Amino acid sequence: MSLDSKIPQGPIADKWTDYKDHINLVNPANKRNLDIIVVGTGLAGGSAAATLAELGYNVKAFCFQDSPRRAHSIAAQGGINAAKNYKGDGDSVYRLFYDTVKGGDYRAREANVYRLAEVSANIIDQCVAQGVPLAREYGGLLDNRSFGGTLVSRTFYAQGQTGQQLLLGAYSAMNRQIGRGKIKMYNRHEMLDLVIVNGKARGIIARNLITGEIERHSAHAVVIGSGGYGNVFFLSTNAMGSNATAAWKIHKKGAFFANPCYTQIHPTCIPVSGDHQSKLTLMSESLRNDGRIWVPAKLEDAQAIREGKKKAIDLAEADRDYFLERRYPAFGNLVPRDVASRAAKERCDAGFGVNKTGEAVYLDFAAAIQRYGKEQAHIKGLDENDSALVTKLGTDVVRSKYGNLFQMYYKIVDEDPYTTPMMIYPAVHYTMGGTWVDYNLMTTIPGCFSIGESNFSDHGANRLGASALMQGLADGYFVLPYTIGDYLAPDIKMGPIPTNTPEFDEAENNVRSLIDKFMNNNGNHSVDHFHKKLGKIMWNKVGMARNEKGLTEAMEEIAALREEFYRDVKVPGTDKGFNQELEKAIRVADFLELGELFAKDALHRNESCGGHFREEYQTEEGEALRDDENFAYVAAWEYKGKPSDAVLHKEPLNYENIKLVQRSYK
Amino acid sequence: MKLTLKIWRQKNAQDKGAIVDYPIDGIEPDMSFLEMLDVLNEQLINKGEEPVAFDHDCREGICGMCSLYINGEAHGPDRGVTTCQLHMRMFKDGDTIFIEPFRAKAFPVIKDLVVDRSSFDRIQHAGGFISVNTSGNTIDANTIPVNKADADKSFDAATCIGCGACVATCKNSSAMLFVSAKVSQYALLPQGQVEAADRVMNMVHQMDLEGFGNCTNTGACEIECPKGISLENIARMNREYLSASLKG
Amino acid sequence: MAKSALLKSSLAKKYWMALTGLFLCLFLAGHLAGNLQLIFSDALHFNQYALFMTTNPAVKLLSYLTYISILFHAIDGIMLTVQNRAARPIGYAKNNAAANSAWASRNMAVLGTLILVFIVTHMVNFWAVMHFDEKMPLQTISIDMQGQKQDFYLTTDGGYIPVGQVNDNGLVIKNRTEFFDGMANIKVKEGYKDLHKITVAFFQDPQTGLIATILYVLAMAVLSFHLLHGFASAFQTMGVNNPTYSPIIKGFGKGFAIIVPLLFAIIPIYIHFFLKA
Repeated sequence: MSLDSKIPQGPIADKWTDYKDHINLVNPANKRNLDIIVVGTGLAGGSAAATLAELGYNVKAFCFQDSPRRAHSIAAQGGINAAKNYKGDGDSVYRLFYDTVKGGDYRAREANVYRLAEVSANIIDQCVAQGVPLAREYGGLLDNRSFGGTLVSRTFYAQGQTGQQLLLGAYSAMNRQIGRGKIKMYNRHEMLDLVIVNGKARGIIARNLITGEIERHSAHAVVIGSGGYGNVFFLSTNAMGSNATAAWKIHKKGAFFANPCYTQIHPTCIPVSGDHQSKLTLMSESLRNDGRIWVPAKLEDAQAIREGKKKAIDLAEADRDYFLERRYPAFGNLVPRDVASRAAKERCDAGFGVNKTGEAVYLDFAAAIQRYGKEQAHIKGLDENDSALVTKLGTDVVRSKYGNLFQMYYKIVDEDPYTTPMMIYPAVHYTMGGTWVDYNLMTTIPGCFSIGESNFSDHGANRLGASALMQGLADGYFVLPYTIGDYLAPDIKMGPIPTNTPEFDEAENNVRSLIDKFMNNNGNHSVDHFHKKLGKIMWNKVGMARNEKGLTEAMEEIAALREEFYRDVKVPGTDKGFNQELEKAIRVADFLELGELFAKDALHRNESCGGHFREEYQTEEGEALRDDENFAYVAAWEYKGKPSDAVLHKEPLNYENIKLVQRSYK
Repeated sequence: MKLTLKIWRQKNAQDKGAIVDYPIDGIEPDMSFLEMLDVLNEQLINKGEEPVAFDHDCREGICGMCSLYINGEAHGPDRGVTTCQLHMRMFKDGDTIFIEPFRAKAFPVIKDLVVDRSSFDRIQHAGGFISVNTSGNTIDANTIPVNKADADKSFDAATCIGCGACVATCKNSSAMLFVSAKVSQYALLPQGQVEAADRVMNMVHQMDLEGFGNCTNTGACEIECPKGISLENIARMNREYLSASLKG
Repeated sequence: MAKSALLKSSLAKKYWMALTGLFLCLFLAGHLAGNLQLIFSDALHFNQYALFMTTNPAVKLLSYLTYISILFHAIDGIMLTVQNRAARPIGYAKNNAAANSAWASRNMAVLGTLILVFIVTHMVNFWAVMHFDEKMPLQTISIDMQGQKQDFYLTTDGGYIPVGQVNDNGLVIKNRTEFFDGMANIKVKEGYKDLHKITVAFFQDPQTGLIATILYVLAMAVLSFHLLHGFASAFQTMGVNNPTYSPIIKGFGKGFAIIVPLLFAIIPIYIHFFLKA
């Protein structure tokens, strides 16, 4: 089967408009005869469900949380990009498009990214109309900040809770439709399989997480907006419940899985403190605007710090290694996420890490405090040489900029970041890979769509800050509502899809037998035991830096772990009611397959690009070395029973509007 | 650290439920409260017992999924944090810790420490929105300037995470802080004015139907709220409701 | 829905609580001003005040409003409390309410009930006597007339009627306060009910007066706690809460809640311990 991305013909700036002008439409009277299932209620799923219901479709929305408002989009901190050019600093749709493709290390599909940039401005209009309280200037107009990797101020934000506010906006739009009866909301439900009838996605099997009932739900189309798979690493900035099950189930039913190895490791997270750790907390990238990253220059100092014999502030300037400033003098501490993360790992691997586990570097605000303090003293006409005064004034400035983040850090680590440097370490944050979709956001299964982080999307091999929120909402509010209509147009006379058919029987039986297997397994170890083991393999061998040997080992180890899991996992309680261990078991079972495909994809991609770094493919200075000749394609994997047997399909990436160049931050 | 946990165990909604004692050892001060419960659950599973069910998701204090009434306070003794951000260094070696579900008629227990907060959702369905369709043709975001102070207050109200600590804490199980936060968010923005009267009437009506108690202004909700939602919002909703009712 | 909302909704019940509560605060202030005459003025002025309060039509209207307010405040309060109790069928095994709220704010229903009990006793002791007691004495005054003491009734027109004239000399007291010419059956004068005497006697009795004094002081303490929360709370309920006014309202409320009951409490203490019989 060959991949058809269905990119419309014509110049890139006209593609989306032309496309919309020529698609099939469903008239309003017929929309009410069509059912759509939306799985996941984050920015993508929530905005899609609301918009589809507004249009008149009957929507059934599913989320595993107790309310759609809790989807993990809520945790996004920084902001959302939009090519509004409110600042008059030369921003445009083209520039946003260009920055996103370049930031993705030239592994994204041009037409999709251009469309994303095109609708980005509509998102801000829509959200403001919905009552999302975005940050404003004193004049009453919207404020912008600048974010990593761009030359313009195009990021809209709501303090450090942009994701929360945007999600609550989408949730409010859903609420309106739920109140009108156009969305039927299924909270605490988990999709466990896709039902395909005559080659088209026509329903799902879901488990009611409260009663344990296995339910059949039919629809004319199924939309997956279930987010990313970062939890394959066990420790990540994802929520505990974030899972790949919906995406993986459709993969097993025929949807290709694209670029699983593209994972974003975010450099500024709070380091792991011990084996008990259940999740990692992100500190906004904005901290790198003022914080300087360093490790001790001497190994013995690093060791003394790890043993608690020395403190960071004991070290003189000369004994500190500001390694980002040293390696990347032009961008310094503001290099893109992937570059900063790898550099920190490199220092820690060399023995310079600074916390108990040896996996942490300092993020130091002392210089910023002094700089701001002097500035304030000057403005106020006070003594610039009074160091206590300068420190106080500077601390106040830093507090006003990052107070909530410093407070969060203090609560978790119990150290005052105003007086002691913060400790940070990279952590898994976002997955650029996901189900392969065409220009219509449809997977390789007709009638099964994938939106937001769950598709392989628009970010290529690395995602720029403030673009995940943009993509989720673009897909849900402005893209899918058009493309799904085009698909559904022929189905208007079909009537409701019956659920008492052999296809539903089979899917339900599969789910039931999997659950029975877990409930009757009588193994010796908890689900977490296996999940942590998987996480260790992934982090050590498929993490920030990968090599052929490690990846080969990882594939074998994951396959072995998977067998052990099915043999030895213990799921207590009953499946006829609320059972969180059973929920986890089903999710981890899928991670155990996905992890192997992840490693396989990383192994086959003999180049380094964006978040995928192969040690064999680097420049003399240790930078990522892309191979555009051989790897300028999307790797879409077809399921064939075992992850190791997955078959590769290539979608070549043709760059007609942007010239491929080496990214450099020196 | 060595602790004695007194945890509410309840098999399902029909079960009567009771407090059960669990001694636990080897707890580190750096653990979060939920990681401490993870450790307990791992031990219970290994012993062949059913682990304690509790709601949690993001574990960084923003999703609002985690709850728990810890030693007599919603989200425990620390201020400005959710249970997932509560750390064991807040407790001492040898402490006894009561862990109970959020209690309210409108929050029925599903299992152990897990409660059903869908009443909050239903209040939002009644009016927690601005009726604007996704058309791609809405007016430009900067067409209507919004006073910065109002926008900031609106944001402060909008940071409510819907965890239900206000209800759990309130001696009357009143949901006023939650509802007023949403009403305030929109009442403070020009975009929210058009439907303001209907919104507050409908949301309060639904709030009453759900069986929450009445606000007696004890102020406990504001203190226990992990996001510091202000009582000013309740006063604002009182105003909004009064003027909406008088309009008839 | 809007029409019924002002009666039935949870917020409406609270508005009524706040409005009646604030009105009762006004009443307290007026009542206190009158009572203070027990300390700062003489019996005549106090009794004149009492007469005014029981006969002036405007005051009457206000007093009915007060009775209604007390009833409404109490009934509404009971209804709210019943609903509040029902909103949490299963309580907490451990609840650390002191960590987040003031004691008074959590016990308004109990405090209010005690106040209601007090109001009822208080009205039986004074209000009912004043209004209905047939044996309610009229104010008299002893005048030394050339070495001979003689008692006179004081009359509302500022005159005097010798006590001996009544019954002996054709004057009859009808309707408890009215002096009638026995022959012509015409009302000639009107006397003052001696509430001052009743009050002083009530608190001065060495045994029951002491108990009454103590109970009155306790009741005022209860009232103080009720007001400590209630005053500012009423403003919050009516939607008045902003950074400029709230501190003033809260400060005034605290002052009111302490000073008003304190002054009320001083009166029986003064009568029992300091007023010469």
